[in-house]
Amino acid sequence: MKNLKVNIAGVELNNPVIAASGTFGFGREYGEFYNLDELGAISVKGLTLNPREGNPPPRIAETYGGILNSVGLQNPGVKAFITYELPELKKHSCKVIANMAGSTFEDYYEMAEILSDSDVDMLEVNISCPNVRSGGVAFGTNASTIYEITKGIKKYAKKPVIIKLSPNVTDIGEMAVAAEQGGADAISLINTLLGMAIDINSRKPILANVKGGFSGPAVKPVAVRMVYEAKNKVKVPIIGMGGITTGDDAVEFMIAGASAVMVGTANFMNPYACPDVKKGILAYMDKYNIEDVNSIVNTVQL
Amino acid sequence: MSLDTYICKILSHKEIAPNVFDVTVKAPEIAAAAQPGQFLHVKCGDEIAMPLRRPISICSAGSGCVRFIYQVKGKGTEGLTKENDSLDILGPLGHGFVIDNETYKKPAVIGGGIGAYPLLYLTQKLKNAKVFMGFRTKELVTLETDFNMCAKEVKIATDDGSYGYHGFSIELLEETLKAGEADIIYCCGPKPMLKAVKDMAEKYNVKCQVSLEERMGCGIGACLTCSCETKTEGTWKYKRVCKNGPVFWSDEVVL
Ligand SMILES: Cc1cc2nc3c(=O)[nH]c(=O)nc-3n(C[C@H](O)[C@H](O)[C@H](O)COP(=O)(O)OP(=O)(O)OC[C@H]3O[C@@H](n4cnc5c(N)ncnc54)[C@H](O)[C@@H]3O)c2cc1C
Ligand SMILES: Cc1cc2nc3c(=O)[nH]c(=O)nc-3n(C[C@H](O)[C@H](O)[C@H](O)COP(=O)(O)O)c2cc1C
Ligand code: FES
Repeated sequence: MKNLKVNIAGVELNNPVIAASGTFGFGREYGEFYNLDELGAISVKGLTLNPREGNPPPRIAETYGGILNSVGLQNPGVKAFITYELPELKKHSCKVIANMAGSTFEDYYEMAEILSDSDVDMLEVNISCPNVRSGGVAFGTNASTIYEITKGIKKYAKKPVIIKLSPNVTDIGEMAVAAEQGGADAISLINTLLGMAIDINSRKPILANVKGGFSGPAVKPVAVRMVYEAKNKVKVPIIGMGGITTGDDAVEFMIAGASAVMVGTANFMNPYACPDVKKGILAYMDKYNIEDVNSIVNTVQL
Repeated sequence: MSLDTYICKILSHKEIAPNVFDVTVKAPEIAAAAQPGQFLHVKCGDEIAMPLRRPISICSAGSGCVRFIYQVKGKGTEGLTKENDSLDILGPLGHGFVIDNETYKKPAVIGGGIGAYPLLYLTQKLKNAKVFMGFRTKELVTLETDFNMCAKEVKIATDDGSYGYHGFSIELLEETLKAGEADIIYCCGPKPMLKAVKDMAEKYNVKCQVSLEERMGCGIGACLTCSCETKTEGTWKYKRVCKNGPVFWSDEVVL
């Protein structure tokens, strides 16, 4: 039997494939296509302390090989999540990662406290959402802020903390180090790249919010490079994402240094993207006679 | 309800007006589940270059087949015009029209342009529907015979007067409302038309359902990119066009 199990900061996942935050809701919809037990984990839609309605539509635009989104963290709030969504998710063997975002340090601390008393398995701290005016990117693009906020959250969190990094920075390694020094148990990257698309006929931006987060196949090389650079700087496990659509893509991230991967935009192209990525990883392991998926991690041959 | 993607064989594909294509695919599972007003999420070409599927309404369904009609707009619908043997379709999706032939005896169906297409399947399921269709010009008039086969009455309007009534189809609808000849309105079309029909329904105090369009990602309710503004009992919130809609009661949506 081939081993697909991976261990991220003490939490054992059935396999390294995780549904990326914001693309998978709270799992209900994709649960109509396949059994969510197929997944290693689900990172839920970004939660905020209070419910949020998000940005005005249009919130999505397609560009070559990718998409821009400006959802702006529409969510029912952390308490409604715990009451109405978490019990459903916990019926499955996949782990539940609570993705959270705030506009002040205190927001993050309070959410870390509330979520630590729930059944979620891990916390993923989004300090890098490009779609929220206050905070968001501002937190995620400054190393000393990343250090401070991570250290603060760690005081309140009783679950492993994953810090999700923004790619909209000059030196991703520096940000990864700041998170590690602040006490992060793991790092995930990349969040979306800040982008924009304009309708040349009307000369108006396609997104009502003007700018949005760029994701999908087109961002993959940037994401692989960032995982590689971060892995060279930190010891904590890295969860890689950005444009993964196949098992081969996932393997590429793992070779670059990711211990697990997240699949986002690909779910829109193919509702079975996550299980298909898992099958693809197994096919690669078959091809090269690999028994343990962990042996792929961080094996770039320079 | 079955929710899945299917590789559907194309049985026929023809241009019925300039840049408007009428497609029938073999899709037994979709046909069996399809409700009027629901839509399909169609892969239109290389998914790496073009990651998003395109939402297209079901025009009619039955005998294991599904029919839809699309107008070429950009690279996705352009991709559909290529010689394909089959299409990758996710569906049927969303909530369609509320059909209640007991409560509503005098339905009025009004559509404009590409908004006419989903109304055919609806009209087939209604009894005694009066249909009002608006098109820009004569050569874009489509589905008239199809509607004639299932409606009580069909009136066509063209903006330029080149066919049927010269003017907008809502002017025809208003005559019917004035005469008290409609107890529910079903509408699909461009936003200004939806808004005008919503206002008219309020003015004549007649129930009204509208089918909305918004740019979509997943199409199944997970990504929250397809929001529309709604208002119930004074509180407004965003709902998902793909899952809560695309059909809404007109007094619920803010247009
Ligand atoms: C529920 C629903 C039902 C529809 N039914 C039909 C139908 O039966 N026949 C028909 O011809 N058209 C229909 N449309 C509109 C159709 O989806 C768009 O014309 C099509 O997506 C355009 O894609 P494109 O790549 O050719 O154009 P582009 O402008 O290149 O598209 C770029 C992106 O914007 C999106 N987009 C552009 N226009 C629209 C629009 N009006 N609505 C939603 N997304 C849009 C595309 O899906 C794509 O992601 C429907 C839309 C919705 C939401
Ligand atoms: C529609 C949409 C919504 C997203 N919402 C969130 C979110 O709420 N929180 C978050 O941390 N990341 C969010 N993301 C970012 C993804 O989790 C992921 O980091 C990014 O899309 C890159 O991966 P991909 O190319 O596989 O999509 C969102 C992405 C998309 C496309
Ligand atoms: S398109 Fe994803 S929620 Fe509607």
